[in-house]
Amino acid sequence: MTRRLIAVVSAGLRQPSSTLLLAERLTAATRAALERLGAEVDVESVELRDHGHHLLNNMITGYPSEKLRRVLDTVARADGLIAVTPTFSASYSGLFKMFFDVLDEGVLEDKPVLMAATGGTARHSLVLDHEMRPLFSYLRAAVLTTGVFAAPEDWGSGQASAVSLARRTERAAGELAREVNRRDTPVVEDPYMSPTPFEDLLAGG
Amino acid sequence: MQFGIFGVGDVAVDPTTGRQDTEYDRIKAVLEYAESAEQVGLDVFAIGEHHNPPFMPSSPTTLLGHVAARTNRIVLSTSTTLITTNDPVKIAEDYAMLQHVADGRVDLMMGRGNTGPVYPWFGKDIRDGIALAVENYALLRRLWREDAVDWEGRFRTPLRSFTSTPRPLDGIPPFVWHGSIRSPEIAEQAAYYGDGFFQNNVLWPKEHVQRMVGLYRSRYEHHGHGPADQAIVGLGAQLFMRANSQDAIREFRPYFDHSPAWGNGPSLEETTARTALLVGSPQQVVERVLEFREHAEGDYQRQLFAVDALGLPRGTVLQQIEMLGEVVQVLRKEFEVGRPARVPEAPTHASLKAARESRP
Repeated sequence: MTRRLIAVVSAGLRQPSSTLLLAERLTAATRAALERLGAEVDVESVELRDHGHHLLNNMITGYPSEKLRRVLDTVARADGLIAVTPTFSASYSGLFKMFFDVLDEGVLEDKPVLMAATGGTARHSLVLDHEMRPLFSYLRAAVLTTGVFAAPEDWGSGQASAVSLARRTERAAGELAREVNRRDTPVVEDPYMSPTPFEDLLAGG
Repeated sequence: MQFGIFGVGDVAVDPTTGRQDTEYDRIKAVLEYAESAEQVGLDVFAIGEHHNPPFMPSSPTTLLGHVAARTNRIVLSTSTTLITTNDPVKIAEDYAMLQHVADGRVDLMMGRGNTGPVYPWFGKDIRDGIALAVENYALLRRLWREDAVDWEGRFRTPLRSFTSTPRPLDGIPPFVWHGSIRSPEIAEQAAYYGDGFFQNNVLWPKEHVQRMVGLYRSRYEHHGHGPADQAIVGLGAQLFMRANSQDAIREFRPYFDHSPAWGNGPSLEETTARTALLVGSPQQVVERVLEFREHAEGDYQRQLFAVDALGLPRGTVLQQIEMLGEVVQVLRKEFEVGRPARVPEAPTHASLKAARESRP
C-alpha cells in the first residue's frame, strides 16, 4: 500500500481558531479520500503561531532554527499540502507569507496544494483567487482548482451554508487526493549531495 | 594549522558610547591590529573588500602592501577579494605585485560580494554572480600560469597575447581559498581546482557548515586531488573573551544586540550555541574551537577569528588580539593531538616552492 504524507500549514492566531478548525476538517476529508483510493496516510500539522519567532529569526539571520528546519523539511517531503490562512487586510496574514518566504526554493514545484482561508465576512472570499492563487502559482505549485473559504455563517448560522461548506470541503479534498494519488512521492533534491559538475559550470551551465 | 584574524573593516558606532571612528581612524587601527597579530604570534591577517559604507576596505592590496612593510612573518590574505565585479586582469596584477612586495607572504580568498548594488556599480548583473565567479577565476588562473594569454569569454573584452605583470613571484601563483556561505557551486569550484575552501563558520549553524565542507571534501577527492581528509579547509569565528565568562557576555551583549547581522534575531546565548560566535573565557574558547573539527568534518588547516567589528573600541580589540595570542598557543598543541600525519598544512609560498623544487 502506498504511504502518503500530507502537510497541513495553518496560520490561525487565536485559540480556538476557526482557521485551525477549517484545516482540521480539510485534513480529515483528505485523509478519507486518499484512503478510499487505497493509500495509507500520514499527516503532519503545523500551526505557524508556534513558529512565529523562529520565522522572524530566520528572516534576520538567513537560516532556520532546528525546530523550523524540521517543519520546512516536512513540507518539502510531503505528497500534498493543505495551506490555510485567516484573511488580514484583504490578503493572507503576514505570518503565512513569511513561512512561504523562508521555504526553500523550488520545494512546492508541482506539489498539489489545497488552499483555504477564513474571514470575517463572505466578501473576503476573493482572497483565495486574488491573493493566494498568485502566490502558489509563483511558487509553481500545482494549486487545485477548488479553494475553500469559510465565513462566519459557514459554521452553522443557516442550514444551507453549513451544508455548502461540507460540500466544498469534500470536493477540494477529493481533488487533492486524486492529484496526490496520481503522482510519485517527491524526491527532495539535496544540492549539497549532488552539485552541478564544474565542467558544466565552466560551460555556462 | 594556521591561526589568524580577519575582518571587513566596518566603520560602526560603538553602541555603549555612541562614538564612531572616522575612516582614517579605522584604517590606521586596522593596520595596527595587523602588526599586533604578528607580534602575538598569529599566522594570518586577512582584510575584506567592500565598496559601500559602512565598510572601508575598498582596496585590500593597498592596505596589505603597507602591512607587508610593517611585518616580517605573518601571511597577508583577504576576506574576501571580489572575483565577480573586479577585472580578473587587475586582480592578477595587483596580487602578483603584492606577492613581490611581501616576499611571497600572500594568499587570497575569493568571494562574490555582500550587496546587490555592488554589481551594477561595477557594470555587472547580480544574476550572473556564479557565472562571473566561474569565468573570471578561470581567466585569473591562466593569467598567473601562462606568460601569453589568448582568451575570449562572456564578461570581459578578449585578450590577445596578453602578459600580466609582474609575473607571480618565483613563478608560483598565490594560493587561493574560495569563500562561500551557501553556494554549492563555489565548494565545487574550490574542489575542482584543488584550492582551499573557507566557510565563515559564524554566519550559519554547525549542521550547515558540515554539509558545505562535506560537499567540498568529497568533490576534492572526486576531482582527483587526493583523499577527502587532505582537502584544504578554513573556518571563521567571531571572538570576544574576558578572563571571566560572565564579564565577556555582559560586555559583548550590547555589541551583539546592536549588530546588523544579529540584532533582534536569536539571542546571544542561542547564537553562541548554534554557530561559531565565541563569547566567554579563554578556556571556554579553547574548548569550543577544538570542537570545530566536527564542523569541518575532520582536521583542518586554517582558523580565522573576527575580533574587530561592531564598533568595539581600539583598546578592546588590541586586548582581544593579545589574549588570542595566548589562546592560540594552547590550540596549536591541542590540535596536534590525534592529527593524522597525512593531513597537510595550509599551502604557503614557501611550501609550494619547496614542493616544486622537490619534483623531479
